[in-house]
Amino acid sequence: MALAGRTAMWWARLRSPCPAAASLCIPPWLSAGPGACERLYSSRGKEKSDMSMYPVESIRNFSIIAHVDHGKSTLADRLLEITGKCSHFILPFLDMSGEVISIALSLFFLVWYLDLEGNLPFSSNQTCSFAILLKEGIQAQTVANFYLAFEAQLAIIPVINKVIKISAKQGTNVEKVLQKVIEKIPPPPCNTADPLKALVFDSTFDHYRGVIANIALFGGEIQKGHKIVSAHTKKRYEVNEVGILTPNEQPTHKLYAGQVGYLIAGMKEVTEAQIGDTLFLYKQPVEPLPGFKSAKPMVFAGMYPADQTEYNNLKSALERLTLNDSSVTVHRDSSLALGAGWRLGFLGLLHMEVFNQRLEQEYNMSVILTAPTVPYKAILSSAKLIKEHGKAEITIINPAQFPDKLSVSEYLEPTVLGTIVTPHEYIGQIIALAVQKDMLYIDEHRVMLKYLFPLNEIVVDFYDALKSLSSGYASFDYEDAGYQAADLIKMDILLNGNPVEELATIIHNDKAYATGKFLCERLKDAIPRQLFEIAIQAAIGKKIIARETLKAYRKNVVAKCYGGDITRRMKLLKRQAEGKKLMRKIGNVEVPRDAFIRVLKRQTDK
Amino acid sequence: SAPCPQWPYCRKRCSYCNFNKYVVPVVDEASMRACLVREARTLLRLSQVQSITSIFFGGGTPSLASPRTIAAVLEAVAGAAHVPAGAEVTLEANPSSASTPCLAGFRAAGVNRLSIGVQSLDDAELRLLGRGHTAAEARGAVEAARGLFPGQTSIDLLFGLPGQSRGAWARGLEAALGLCDDHVSLYQLTLERGTALAAQVWGGTLPAPPRDLLADMYHTARTMLVATGFRHYEVSNFARKGALSTHNLSYWRAEQYIGVGPGAHGRFVPQGEGGHSREARVQTLEPDAWMQEVQSRGHGTRRRVVLSPLEQLEEVLALGLRTDEGITHERWGHFSPHLSLEAVFGVPGEAKDLQQQGWLVLDRGGLRCTWEGLALLDSLLPDLLCQLQRR
Repeated sequence: MALAGRTAMWWARLRSPCPAAASLCIPPWLSAGPGACERLYSSRGKEKSDMSMYPVESIRNFSIIAHVDHGKSTLADRLLEITGKCSHFILPFLDMSGEVISIALSLFFLVWYLDLEGNLPFSSNQTCSFAILLKEGIQAQTVANFYLAFEAQLAIIPVINKVIKISAKQGTNVEKVLQKVIEKIPPPPCNTADPLKALVFDSTFDHYRGVIANIALFGGEIQKGHKIVSAHTKKRYEVNEVGILTPNEQPTHKLYAGQVGYLIAGMKEVTEAQIGDTLFLYKQPVEPLPGFKSAKPMVFAGMYPADQTEYNNLKSALERLTLNDSSVTVHRDSSLALGAGWRLGFLGLLHMEVFNQRLEQEYNMSVILTAPTVPYKAILSSAKLIKEHGKAEITIINPAQFPDKLSVSEYLEPTVLGTIVTPHEYIGQIIALAVQKDMLYIDEHRVMLKYLFPLNEIVVDFYDALKSLSSGYASFDYEDAGYQAADLIKMDILLNGNPVEELATIIHNDKAYATGKFLCERLKDAIPRQLFEIAIQAAIGKKIIARETLKAYRKNVVAKCYGGDITRRMKLLKRQAEGKKLMRKIGNVEVPRDAFIRVLKRQTDK
Repeated sequence: SAPCPQWPYCRKRCSYCNFNKYVVPVVDEASMRACLVREARTLLRLSQVQSITSIFFGGGTPSLASPRTIAAVLEAVAGAAHVPAGAEVTLEANPSSASTPCLAGFRAAGVNRLSIGVQSLDDAELRLLGRGHTAAEARGAVEAARGLFPGQTSIDLLFGLPGQSRGAWARGLEAALGLCDDHVSLYQLTLERGTALAAQVWGGTLPAPPRDLLADMYHTARTMLVATGFRHYEVSNFARKGALSTHNLSYWRAEQYIGVGPGAHGRFVPQGEGGHSREARVQTLEPDAWMQEVQSRGHGTRRRVVLSPLEQLEEVLALGLRTDEGITHERWGHFSPHLSLEAVFGVPGEAKDLQQQGWLVLDRGGLRCTWEGLALLDSLLPDLLCQLQRR
């Protein structure tokens, strides 16, 4: 899934189903407001809704594309008010942070929250007829989204929220937006007579009922008892229940082409309902819906509990969070400095930040994010070591395990084959990122570049850098490309000549200086000045390759200490004394407990 | 013991000041006077001190009070305890309220020492500090003071102002040395949160002085003053011809002092109510609230905390090391009858290490910082506190 976050579905029906002229007829309640409306169906009742009342012509699918902060939920609220909560179908709206807001609307539309990466989850026009573009100012990402939408031949109704056209908070002009929606947007091009073709666009896990897959029907019908097949897994299921979301699941007899709802079919894990998957009837296979990238993680990080005593809590928090977000990849990992932890993969930086935020807010966990470890290998040449390990080729995770050059015939690093697609105006900047293997023009505007990257070059912020360089327009994909020989070394960090085990890193020889310098600078900021000078050095073996100096204090005494100052002074001093007790001593240098964390953690913000 | 009456009012707030000061259009001096008198009597009775070593009028700007108020407080003190002739009675003054007639009035009231807030002899710097007077006025004030309180006039100076160069400081100090009497207090400007000056520096409007420059300025000043015959007897205080501030020494020697007035701090044993332990006390900060409390129950003590023996020793240590004499064995013994300085700091540990490194001395004279160590005291103290706490 190219989307770095969850999609959301808002879905509603036109109050009175109109025939083909629906594009011109504006239901009276739209202008009359809430009072004029009457609910067709209770959203709380358990009675099954009859979806056959809504032929394709009276369905409008639209989406709102905008930057995450652009007041979409307020627009949604206003739409809700204007349509007077007349809709019969209230769907949960999951925003980027997983908050569930109930929106009930009378218009049938799909809404996506787009991430900063600016990817539309559906790159074809099959699922969505048009887009409302909410612009707050013109930002690169929004323009990129516009471009994508335009490219997908979606009809665009530009809406400048907050600024001019709509003041969603005041609710003005929202009606006009809805009118425009109905006017300008064609009904979805679907046909109930076609064989079943359903797109899975989201899935959640319910402990009692199993996987609930959110689906959009592009053709045909679906009901309980139908036998369906997943195009992706080829597995067969029997449909237990279909329905609409109000926001709770409200069962219906059937869902028809052009409609959106959910399906429960005995799937046990969310991975069985892959986002972007196509479902069809058994024995009636269809062309799978295109346009989905697989959920490849683009940004990686090591995640450790702030304190090792929190390990188990963090473990269960991660388990629960990833239950409903199958796009996060998780592997166990460990670090000398930080203890046991994990290496996680995210779809983008925002995805990672939202995930981290959810950990903090929903599970009250504060974690340390670091650059991820990369599994290097070495081919041993020393008979003694080969015997010790039982084989010649070993995997090195920990710098402490790094075998010396003399005992090794070759070091190896994992590589990936990366594909970048970018508008041609950014080629110059992107080429500077790495040496590419191949370059070809897809069309007159866009270029495809292929690269062979060492994995460690893309795991941290390559994706982010790429997006920045190309104002969000470039896309990236990669696949495993095996191991290649690499000139690796182990770099030590020294404090006044004493090595700091926890900060040793395995790195490319040609990256050593830059990284060494960086670590030294970071460490300099993390250690308080002391009574003597501290030499912070990065070394490869005996050779020093980078150095920072932390000068000694020359004056450190508070100027005034009279009657009124004394109490305050003593408090501060005692706190400092307590802090001292927690410090580690490396040689004669006092190092605060969190110094290594500060050095190793990711820079989160640019 | 040493009463410290506080006059919390000022004409204006200086850009760097975060003390408990109030700028009001009209001061009800009569009420303030009555309350200061009343509280002084109450607290002196409470402390049961017999003899007064010094009195220090601080604040605010005490020179804005009338000599009558000063006299009244002094009288109250003398009525409650024995004030030896010649006991140091200091008044803090601003150059703008330190004309000869003013000062003469104070002297008549019983003040025998004056501390003038000069801060700088450069008009631009004075404006930056928001002082409200010119360098010329400051000079005039110092001269007037020296006339009335010869050998007993002290001046305050600030260094490390935003944008101040080493040269400018050296020049300013020379000018001050040409003018001053026998006591100089030299303070590095500390940017306190909530002050206008801090906001300017942290907001980027004014440059922050680099640490190394501050260190240089301090070392230059120390050297210059010592070369001119001053004894560097406390981190920020210099005196020649023996003109040390008796009152301030009582802070650093952890003697008893009684804070009187809004926001005043005190350290004494309330023997009058059967207390046996030294307490840290502070009076209500806000003048009007303080006055009400004094009027209703005789004193406006907002907080009183008994100091444990360890806490007292910690204060003795942290304050005593600020002076060149440090902590004598005798004084330590007064607070720690069973554990000598040797027993705590003479054994292998932090203090020994610091001695080896040349920052500290422990000998027959007691425990004190070396010349170099004094400038780095706050780097030494946490270690010493740890060592003390372990015993």
